[in-house]
Amino acid sequence: MNNISKLKRVLEGGGFAVTAECGPPKGANPDVVLKKAETLRNKVDAVNVTDNQTAIVRMSSIAACSLLKTVGIDPVLQMVVRDRNRIALQSDILGASALGIRNVLCLSGDHHIFGNQPQAMGVFDLDSIQFVQVVRTMRDDGKILGGDDLSQPPDIFIGAAANPFADPLDFRVIRLAKKIRAGADFIQTQCIYNLDRFERWMGMARDRGITDKAYILGGVTPLKSPGMAKYMKNRVSGIDMPDEIIKRMEGVPKDKQQEEGINICVEAIQRLREIPGIKGVHIMAIEWEEVVGEIVKRAGLLPRPVFD
Amino acid sequence: MITGEQKPIDEIREMISPYKRILVLGCASCVAECAAGGEKEAAMLASTLRIAAKMRKENVLIKEKTLDRQCVRDFIISLDDIIGKYDVVLSLGCGAGVQAVAEIFPEVPIIPALNTGFLGETKDQGYWVESCLGCGDCMLYHFGGICPLARCSKQLLNGPCGGSMDGRCEIDPDVECAWHLIVDRLTKFGALDRLENIYPPKDWSRKQGKGPRKIVREDQ
Ligand code: SF4
Ligand code: SF4
Repeated sequence: MNNISKLKRVLEGGGFAVTAECGPPKGANPDVVLKKAETLRNKVDAVNVTDNQTAIVRMSSIAACSLLKTVGIDPVLQMVVRDRNRIALQSDILGASALGIRNVLCLSGDHHIFGNQPQAMGVFDLDSIQFVQVVRTMRDDGKILGGDDLSQPPDIFIGAAANPFADPLDFRVIRLAKKIRAGADFIQTQCIYNLDRFERWMGMARDRGITDKAYILGGVTPLKSPGMAKYMKNRVSGIDMPDEIIKRMEGVPKDKQQEEGINICVEAIQRLREIPGIKGVHIMAIEWEEVVGEIVKRAGLLPRPVFD
Repeated sequence: MITGEQKPIDEIREMISPYKRILVLGCASCVAECAAGGEKEAAMLASTLRIAAKMRKENVLIKEKTLDRQCVRDFIISLDDIIGKYDVVLSLGCGAGVQAVAEIFPEVPIIPALNTGFLGETKDQGYWVESCLGCGDCMLYHFGGICPLARCSKQLLNGPCGGSMDGRCEIDPDVECAWHLIVDRLTKFGALDRLENIYPPKDWSRKQGKGPRKIVREDQ
């Protein structure tokens, strides 16, 4: 039982899924991962482990996922194509499956120029859509790229990311459709602050009839301060931060700002739950994992389903 | 065109420091077009080096010459009569030019004066941009004449990453997002449906499959 994707069971059972995120440490200490795991236990169905996010060297996501498994948490392995060619990607998928990791999120990854290894050779041998398709072919046809048979196919629930807020808008839905056609079982979106635009995008996706072909989880990130909101607006590519949100954060006293950030996040989740085609939320509380439980509770999403 | 930029003068002087008789060798093709290694630049570099040598009271002979193409044997062999007078060649050709001269005159050391860059186009005076990786299997048809391999920072073949904003690439607001350009152009031609295809992983064996590439044409 331990080796079945809990995320998949919740979604296939028609439940509203909740996932969170855990960034591995910039070091080799497993306790950091295990401590984060403890705060997330029973609060969410699965925990994404980021893969050297923002191109900064961290503990490998496969290793951190494996640590999560030892304490009974269903991990979602994030894998970026930035650092591995097709040989390494396929090999790591087999390795992850062998370790009992059942969910993989296939990503392109932040460009290495932003991280602490800007001199690195970026790989980008596959793009994220090709990667999704490769994993699907490995799983469903038992074949790697080029057609060779696998002695045992990996058992993987395949995820991909979507950013409804990046440009060009019209193409965003085409790209989502491609990801789903390539084989994505579930989609986690970029953090949503502009819910109106997100609803429009979901409407476009529904018109194409793709929202029932994959489980779409809306991404949310609780804000800690107005400064964080401004930073995300101006400095983080692909984020649409409406001015009202910044004003709202600025409008409360300093000691109430974290609380307000949580309020905004809970309201966003409540609105997401009303959007047809949304099957869950992905809470990205960057280095603030301890509030995830409260957000989930206040959004009325506890207790999480238990499987034997 | 292959682009190049002159190396920092200190690095050049360091490399030529053991030599007394130096031939500065320009190339009148690509690197002349990008104002890095043509006749004018060879003359300027030679005179800079001469002045520097003079100021240090070093007794060095520095002459310059420019070939029409430094990467073509027929032009290189014209050095036959003069090369014996020098104990080093400082080349302003691209990396291919440097190696071609070295191969034909194996007894003379040859030193690069340029950093060779990329395959690009001249956009404006003093402005060159990379536009092709020489992948060996051109896909420009599919992408409206804009190369995502050379011009998208992540070499994506199936549409823009989540970082493109207002037509700019996430790596630098000065860089146009290749995918934004592709989508705009195909929309204009009514060919956006071309992008509904899932393009398979690129076959890089055409670029680096069997070591350095060769073209042999029996009809030539
Ligand atoms: S597809 Fe290949 S050959 Fe064509 S422009 Fe791009 S890199 Fe050059
Ligand atoms: S912003 Fe555009 S050009 Fe830059 S990496 Fe993303 S898709 Fe490629």
